[in-house]
Amino acid sequence: MKILNFLQPDKNNFNTYLYSGVILISLSIFIVFLNSFFNRDLVSFLPGSISFFLPLILGFIGLHLIRIEYSGLRFLDLINKNINTNNFNAFLSLIIVFVVIKSLPPLLSWFILDANIAGDSKDVCTGSGACWTYIKIWFNRFMYGMYPNAEQWRINLSFIALAFLGTIGFFATEKFKKYLTLYYVVVYPVIAFFFIFFFISGGPIFFDFSYGIIAAVISIILGFFIPSKFKMYYFIIVPITLYILLKYVFFYEELIELGKLEALEWVETGAWGGLSLTFIVSFFCLIFCFPIGLFLSLGRRSDFPIIKYFSIGMIEFWRGVPLITVLFMSSVMFPMFLPEDMFIDKLVRVIIAISLFEAAYVAEVIRGGLQALPRGQYDAAKSLGMGYWKMHILVILPQALKLVIPGIANTFLALVKDTPLIFVVGLLEIVGMLNLAKTNPEWLGFAMEGYVFASVLFFIICYAMSKYSYNLEQKYKTER
Amino acid sequence: MSDKIIQITEMNKWFGDFQVLKNINLEVEKNKKIVVCGPSGSGKSTLIRCINRLEEHQQGSIIVDGNELTEDTKDIEKIRAEVGMVFQQFNLFPHLSILDNCTLAPIWVKKMPKKEAEDLALQHLEKVQIADQANKYPGQLSGGQQQRCAIARALCMEPKIMLFDEPTSALDPEMIKEVLDAMVNLAKAGMTMIVVTHEMGFAKEVADEVIFMDEGMIVERAETKEFFANPKSDRTKLFLSQIL
Repeated sequence: MKILNFLQPDKNNFNTYLYSGVILISLSIFIVFLNSFFNRDLVSFLPGSISFFLPLILGFIGLHLIRIEYSGLRFLDLINKNINTNNFNAFLSLIIVFVVIKSLPPLLSWFILDANIAGDSKDVCTGSGACWTYIKIWFNRFMYGMYPNAEQWRINLSFIALAFLGTIGFFATEKFKKYLTLYYVVVYPVIAFFFIFFFISGGPIFFDFSYGIIAAVISIILGFFIPSKFKMYYFIIVPITLYILLKYVFFYEELIELGKLEALEWVETGAWGGLSLTFIVSFFCLIFCFPIGLFLSLGRRSDFPIIKYFSIGMIEFWRGVPLITVLFMSSVMFPMFLPEDMFIDKLVRVIIAISLFEAAYVAEVIRGGLQALPRGQYDAAKSLGMGYWKMHILVILPQALKLVIPGIANTFLALVKDTPLIFVVGLLEIVGMLNLAKTNPEWLGFAMEGYVFASVLFFIICYAMSKYSYNLEQKYKTER
Repeated sequence: MSDKIIQITEMNKWFGDFQVLKNINLEVEKNKKIVVCGPSGSGKSTLIRCINRLEEHQQGSIIVDGNELTEDTKDIEKIRAEVGMVFQQFNLFPHLSILDNCTLAPIWVKKMPKKEAEDLALQHLEKVQIADQANKYPGQLSGGQQQRCAIARALCMEPKIMLFDEPTSALDPEMIKEVLDAMVNLAKAGMTMIVVTHEMGFAKEVADEVIFMDEGMIVERAETKEFFANPKSDRTKLFLSQIL
């Protein structure tokens, strides 16, 4: 056996160092663990300050002892390389571990151990932990706002249908793959709009929706028998004709007169709310702000002075004003400029306002991508005889947009998190509902639970979006 | 062999206050191969970029295949489709595979059916000997392969004229040869070519005529043999003595 030098551990007495080190570290963690979970202080016989720092000192010595380079143990090497490279890092690592152990018990007790979830009134919430009953009781309101309970299946059905239609891309066969972009950019938003406008909103207008669906189904079935040469025209003309026929010739008069069918109950947009409203607002703003931003960014680089200065004006104006004033003006000022008999729904105004606002940001992000492309790409595209639009659609934008995926994702995430601001015009999405519930006299004092709940939901949504954007980046990566 | 495919008369061009091209008069006949050489900054690249209007000239006229280059963009696009160009930095489209790089313009500009365009592209890729790389992306190829792909891409538009803007200047010495070989084959097939290059070996082998430019002017224009054997102006002699 060689001489043990505890100041400089080496491989010669590997096991001795390893075991003594591990024992010291375990001991230190054990002390902190007991202290924080069971409130027992093992080292209370020592003077105050020493007993407080003892775990730190023990762990520190332990980490020093196991700091042996190229030990051959993979796990040990991993630790030494990442969290135990020198004394200072070892010290920081220990502190982090201790803080985590220390903060676990209060968190656990608030979230789970002392929390209440059973029951259906405030009275069950006696513990010191969270009152999840509150969330449970208000869950419907948080999800659907003031939307009538009996009609909530309409929202569910719409969202499920839209989610299903949204996943169609994964099932498309080779033959239909080339239409997917068209589908997602044009058809899908239109379908979504129909669902929300006719179905969730309801009212007599619902009949139009059903006529539209019937017309679409019939024309698709008939479409199989049409030679592909005429399909383009066919799918424009036939559904519209069918729709008009259904509406004005076959059904309209009889239904109105006989009152045989009852329409879906009309739910005004003021009653919409909760998470479903968050989704609706975010969805449409995302869809609208992207193309508007795209055109603004191209416009800002245009050679035509009118287009150029219009774009610059738009971008700078919308970037220069706070969102909250934009929303406020859209609801208070804007109607004053409209003719008296003209009425634009509050939700529509809000969506337009947010879309224009975010479009300015998207425009600048995309412009960054456009500027990052070398001039040679423009030259090459031009030299192949492409005009402005072909050059941009086929060559420039695919590359520029790929470059700015992280930036666009950033803007979109900000947009989703900006939606709570629509409370200023009286629309209550999930955070708005929380604030409402918070001030309910029967349920005072549960703001914390509500905000935690909303944070978790927002985190899930935003994390999913950011993951998706990362996937897109990987998918379109063609560099080496 | 008398029809002039490119006619440049009294052409002047400025970048701001700086006159890059002075009084350029140039006529190129069909199927001729012309090499443009000269020191850097002499306006060679600008000259051939003017021919497909990647740069606008301010005075004089450029007539390509019977069409004068003017403000009218529709005509410009038509002319550009007939004039292929190969760049120093390749300028392949990095988001598309080699095959898609070649078929993009035929499909979208010439409205060629996809199948036909792919056959054509493979044919041209075969000519420059990179047909086996067709499904890779530009980033995965060597510089020489990329430049040959760029040549194939230009050829897929079936141009009447090919312009080369220092096609070998950004390449390793070893890769220069493979690109030059592709260009020699192209020349032998009877393409009208204007090549800006410093490769005097290439000039001697293929060029019908050599143009020497300095300070925005065409200093000398002569048959290839004549040009190298007894250059007339002193400036040309100096240049040749340095480069050869």
